[in-house]
Amino acid sequence: MAEVVAGLEPVEGGGLSFHPMDQFIVQPLFGEAGDPVHWYTLTNAAFWMALAVLCIFGLFVLATRGRAIVPGRMQSVAEMAYGFIYKMVEDVTGKDAVRYFPYIFTLFLFILFANFLALIPSAFSPTSHIAVTAVLALAVFLAVTILGFVKNGGAFLGLFWVTSAPLAIRPVLALIELISYFVRPVSHSIRLAGNLTAGHAVLKVFAGFAQVAAISPLAILGVTAIYGLEVLVAFIQAYVFTILTCVYLKDALHPSH
Amino acid sequence: MEPIELEAAGMCVDSYGFAVGMPQLCADWFGNQIFWLLLALISIYLILTRLALPRMTAVLAERSGTISNDLAAAEDLRRQANEADAAYNKALSDARAEAQRISGEARDAIRADLDAAIAKADEKIAAKSAESEAQIAEIRAGAAASVAEVARDVTGDIVAALGGKVDQTKIDAAVDARVKEG
Repeated sequence: MAEVVAGLEPVEGGGLSFHPMDQFIVQPLFGEAGDPVHWYTLTNAAFWMALAVLCIFGLFVLATRGRAIVPGRMQSVAEMAYGFIYKMVEDVTGKDAVRYFPYIFTLFLFILFANFLALIPSAFSPTSHIAVTAVLALAVFLAVTILGFVKNGGAFLGLFWVTSAPLAIRPVLALIELISYFVRPVSHSIRLAGNLTAGHAVLKVFAGFAQVAAISPLAILGVTAIYGLEVLVAFIQAYVFTILTCVYLKDALHPSH
Repeated sequence: MEPIELEAAGMCVDSYGFAVGMPQLCADWFGNQIFWLLLALISIYLILTRLALPRMTAVLAERSGTISNDLAAAEDLRRQANEADAAYNKALSDARAEAQRISGEARDAIRADLDAAIAKADEKIAAKSAESEAQIAEIRAGAAASVAEVARDVTGDIVAALGGKVDQTKIDAAVDARVKEG
C-alpha cells in the first residue's frame, strides 16, 4: 500500500483505502487489468468517448429525424444547443466566421457530452486527461495560427505589435503578447482537465469518507453538494473552452486590435 | 487483490493496480487516448456536417418560412375580416335607409288617402248642413206664416166676441205689422 495517494487508517481487516485517482486509470475494456494498452486497444477511455459520440448521434440525428416544424422535446434541445453555439460564434467571432461553426460545434459537443457522461457514477472522464484536452487545445492553437497567417499573411503578426501603445513600450508589449499567445494552449487545456480532475477527485474523497460511519452523513451531503457543483462545472467548462476558441479564432480573422 | 507483475503493469499503476500519482500524466496511455479522441472528433464532425446540421438548417429555415407565411396568411385573413365587416356595415346602413324610404312612402300614401277621405267627408257634411239649414229656414218661414194666420183668426174672433165689426182688411194689416215687429 505504498502508493496510496490519500488514505485513512484501516477500518476493517483488509484495509480501508481510497484512491481518488484510480478513476482516471486507463485500462483495456476486455481482458485483465494491467494488460498492455496499445494505441488501438479498446479502453475505457475509448468506450466513454464512443458513448459521447453515440449520445450526440442520438440527440442530433435520431431526435431530429421527424424534421418537425413544431419540435418535440429532444429536437428542441438539439436546436437550442445549435442556436446557442451558432449565436456565440456569430457574436464573438463575427458573421464571417460561421463557416467554422461545425468545427467549434464539434469541440463543444464532445466536451459537453464527455463532461456530463463522466458524472455517471463509476464513469471514466476523458476530458480530465491532459492527453485529450491538450490535443483539443493544440488543434485549436494550430488551426488558429495557420488560419491567421493564411488569411492575413504577415499582417497577422500585427496581433503582437500594439499600435495603440507608445512606440517605446511596444517591444515589451510584443514580448508579453507573444508569451501570452503561446501560453494559450497550455491554459486552454489545463483549465478543462484541471477542473474535471479536481471535481471528480473531490467527489471520490468525500465518497471515501463515507466509509467511516461517524461522518458518513456529512460525507454523503458533501458528495451531493459537490455533484451539483460538478454538473455546473461540466457545462461551464465546455462553454468556456468553446468561447475561448471563438475568441482565438477572432484574433486570427481580425488580428488588428 | 493479487499483485500484478510490475513489467506488465507499466509505470502508471502500482503492483496492486492502484494509480501512481496522477494517471492523467502517464505517457503510456497518451497514444491510445489521442487515437480514440481523433476518431471520436472525426465521427462527431461527420455526423454533424453530413446529417445533423443540414437537417437542422433546413428545419429552421422551413420553420421561419412557415412562420412568416402564417403571419402573412393571418394578415390576409384579418384584411378579409375587415372587408367583410365593412360590407356588413354598408349593407346594414343600406337596408336601414331602404326601410326608412319604404316607411316614408307608406306614410305619405296613407296620409294622402286620409286627406282625400277627410275632404270628402267635409264636403258631405257641408252639403248635409246646407240642406238642413234650408229645411230649417223653410220650417221657420212656415211657422211664421202659421203664427200670422192664427193671430188673424184669433184677432177676428176676439173682435167678434167683443162685439166689434170684423174688418178683415184692418185686422190683416194690424197682425202683419205686429208679426213684422215681433
